[in-house]
Amino acid sequence: MATVELTNIKKIYAGGVEAVRDVSLTVPNGSFTVLLGPSGCGKSTLLRMIAGLETITSGTCKIGERVVNEIEPADRDIAMVFQNYALYPHMSVYDNMAYGLRNRGMPKPEIDKRVREAAVLLAIEEYLTRKPRALSGGQRQRVAMGRAIVREPQVFLFDEPLSNLDAKLRVTMRLEIKRLHNRLNATSIFVTHDQVEAMTLADQVVVMNSGRIEQIGAPGEVYKHPASRFVASFIGSPAMNLMTGKIVEPGVVETPGGKLPFDAKRFSASGEVEVGIRPEDIHTASSGGTSFTPELVEELGATRLLHGNFGSTPIIVAIPASGTVHENKEMRLSIDAQAVQLFDKATGRSLAR
Amino acid sequence: MVEHRGLGRVVPYIILTLGVAIVAFPVYLCFVGSTHPQEITANGQMPLTPGPIFFETYYKTLFVGSSGSTREPVATMLVNSFIMACTIALGKIAISIISAFAVVYFKFPLRMAAFWLIFITLMLPVEVRIYPTYKIAADLNLLDSYAGLTIPLIASATATLFFRQFFLTIPDELVEASKLDGAGPLRFFWDTVLPLSRTNIAALFVILFIYGWNQYLWPILITTRDDMQTIVIGIKKMIVTADALTEWNVVLATAMLAMLPPVMVVVLMQRWFVKGLVETEK
Repeated sequence: MATVELTNIKKIYAGGVEAVRDVSLTVPNGSFTVLLGPSGCGKSTLLRMIAGLETITSGTCKIGERVVNEIEPADRDIAMVFQNYALYPHMSVYDNMAYGLRNRGMPKPEIDKRVREAAVLLAIEEYLTRKPRALSGGQRQRVAMGRAIVREPQVFLFDEPLSNLDAKLRVTMRLEIKRLHNRLNATSIFVTHDQVEAMTLADQVVVMNSGRIEQIGAPGEVYKHPASRFVASFIGSPAMNLMTGKIVEPGVVETPGGKLPFDAKRFSASGEVEVGIRPEDIHTASSGGTSFTPELVEELGATRLLHGNFGSTPIIVAIPASGTVHENKEMRLSIDAQAVQLFDKATGRSLAR
Repeated sequence: MVEHRGLGRVVPYIILTLGVAIVAFPVYLCFVGSTHPQEITANGQMPLTPGPIFFETYYKTLFVGSSGSTREPVATMLVNSFIMACTIALGKIAISIISAFAVVYFKFPLRMAAFWLIFITLMLPVEVRIYPTYKIAADLNLLDSYAGLTIPLIASATATLFFRQFFLTIPDELVEASKLDGAGPLRFFWDTVLPLSRTNIAALFVILFIYGWNQYLWPILITTRDDMQTIVIGIKKMIVTADALTEWNVVLATAMLAMLPPVMVVVLMQRWFVKGLVETEK
């Protein structure tokens, strides 16, 4: 187990494309850190630099006490699980897992012990003699994880390992990865563009956008207190409602939906701002509050999404699916002051103190 | 409808049978001719049933040789041809798989230049560069040797291209997984690339073996001694135009024998051959 420390990491490709711009990040020992962001945000590149599959243009990457910038991938004491499994098609499951250990000259009985232990852990003992092509997607992914586990590395790297699985299997494997991490307690870095994976798996979420880190925090923190407009709109489904606003007096912001109170202790703001409110933080009210006319109602089973406008700004409201809501019929909404987020209009950063 | 279906089933068979007949009849005639005394064939009275001297002809062809022209028995020629075809096929595969590996998996200066140089050799078969190649072979004392027969024919772009295209379909993650598993380039080649290329190698072997077996122009230039002759040239030399009688039964028996090894290779390796060209195992 080890801490991974990245300091001022940059990656500039030969064509001059900056994939990662000045990233500093500490992955604490034993933590499960998820790099989350849209495609092209540099998260995979960052992971591949930690793995040693991409060179680091500048900055230092430390695993444990060792700077690994110039160290070969095989000697970094890491293991990686790839999106498309990357199993050796011509080798049996057993050989796939044993290959890396054999290359390191480990004695045979030790290899055998480790492979069998990992196979039990992942419930793939009965497939050990099969070739990967005779396995299902989920089983292949287990083998790929088994190949990482037998190495007993200091750090596990996961590069979107669940993207190739169907939705149902993804949920199961997600739980299994979580269980595995709780059991092995190994430092893990997991790349994904799926916020549900990030929220459920991570101790620490790192939200990235165009080569930079937008926010580092616990899943709840990232959800409740987004550090920027980008994080606010990227995390949460449906996305956070964003509208322009103007501070009219301390603790009150004027929006297209009327005057809203906000937590003046948390935000120091004045003048024009960007106001963010999560759909699930808006509630129906019997009287008072803001007027709202739902134009479209989506039933999701447990919740109900109301689509409408505050002035000309489109708004989504998520409410529990009880009672009835009529389309095109005016209703009243109340918004909790604690739920209102304020962002700088120009930079998009949160105005939290 | 029923009649139609019946007819629909019969017609393809008729067409196929015709096709087989067209291909097989000359071969059959060749076999028949090899079992009759040479006068009969020379008279132009080719019978349609096998004649009486099957064993004599084939024994003479294989172990004694035609008296008029080449003094070598065909067994020697078969061995020569077999060595030449195998060396060319295996040599081409070995060289091209290594060069394709280098071009695909290593980043070095002038990599694409190297690739295009190999590519250009496609336009320079032996027939085009025959004089300089002969001069070099002669200067290196390669005349009348297996080395001279095979080496100039080994350098090959087609096989390199074929392997390059195949290597490009191997996912990059496999290379990266190998790196993480502590396998260097050679080990990656030996443990992963080579096993994955098995069916492709088999398919290429079939094609290249036949290419090597059918070589005519180069062997006729480079070999002068009878004991270095290949079978394809042997047939030609047996057909005498002046002074002596052509032993047609021996000539036709030689042709039959010359056909056998390529046919065997195709028949035995057909399953691999098709797999290698059609299926990619990933």
